[in-house]
Amino acid sequence: MEQYPKIYLYRRIVQAKLFIDEHFADNLDLHNISDEACFSKFHFIRLFRKIYGKTPHQYLIAVRIEKAKMLLGKDTPVSEVCYTVGFESISSFSGLFRRLVGLSPSAYAQDQQEIKARIIKTPLRFIPGCFAERNGWTKKAILKN
Amino acid sequence: MITRMNHVSIFVLNQDSAFDFYVNKLGFKVHTDAPMGPGMRWLTVCPPEQPDLEIALMAITEGMMFSKETAEQMRELVRKGTFGFGVFECNNIYATYEELKMKGVEFTKAPKEEFYGIEALLKDDSGNWFSLGQKK
Repeated sequence: MEQYPKIYLYRRIVQAKLFIDEHFADNLDLHNISDEACFSKFHFIRLFRKIYGKTPHQYLIAVRIEKAKMLLGKDTPVSEVCYTVGFESISSFSGLFRRLVGLSPSAYAQDQQEIKARIIKTPLRFIPGCFAERNGWTKKAILKN
Repeated sequence: MITRMNHVSIFVLNQDSAFDFYVNKLGFKVHTDAPMGPGMRWLTVCPPEQPDLEIALMAITEGMMFSKETAEQMRELVRKGTFGFGVFECNNIYATYEELKMKGVEFTKAPKEEFYGIEALLKDDSGNWFSLGQKK
C-alpha cells in the first residue's frame, strides 16, 4: 500500500484519541496525553482540533456524555452513570448532560425506556412494510400492531 | 417527487458480528434493535452524523426471503466480496484510515488522491466493500 505524507502525525493523534476512548472514565490529565503523543501542548491541541473538530477536553466530555446516554438507555441509575463515566459530582454531570443533550439524565432515561417498550410491544411500527412482508413478520400474530 | 432515502439494507453473514463491526469499529449508532422471533432480529444502524438514514443489517438466512439454496449462494457471494454498497464520507481520511486500521478493519486500498477526492477502500466483517472518501 502507498504511504501518505505526515503519517506519523496522524498516528500519534489517533493514538491519543483512542487513549481517551479507552480511559474516558479515569481522571485523565490531558497534558500527559500531549506528552505521550510527543507534542507540545498547544501543537497537540491544534492538530487534534483540526482532525476531530473538538479540543481533546471537549472530545473527552463528548465521549463521557455518549457513554452516559448508552448506560441510561440500559436503565442504569443516574448516580451510577455519573461516576462510571468519570464525573465527580451529580450536579455537574446533570447540568452538563442537560446542556448538551437537551434533557436531564433521568428524563433521557425515561424517554429511552419508553422507546424500548414501544419497540418490543409494536415492532412493526419501526420496520418498513416491505422488509417486514418479505421476512414473513406481518403474518405473525404476536408482532401485529 | 422523491426527496430522500431513509432506509438501505446490507446483507451480512452474522448480525452479532456485524453489530460489533459497524458500532464498535466504525462508530455507527444503533437506531433500532428489535427481536422478531426465534433467530430473527431487525437491526438498523446510522452513521454518527446521519441519524435519519437507517442501514438495515440483514442476516442472510433461509426463510421467507431466501430459499436454502439461494441463501447459500448469497452467503458465498457476500463472502467473496462481490458486493459494494456505497461510499462513507469522513472529515479526515488519513486519521480515519489509521484509526480503523488500528481497530482491525481490513483495507484493500490506502488513501489515495484521485481527481474526485481522496479515496480508500475497506471491507466489512462479512466481505462487503465500501469506499471511504474525503471530498477535495
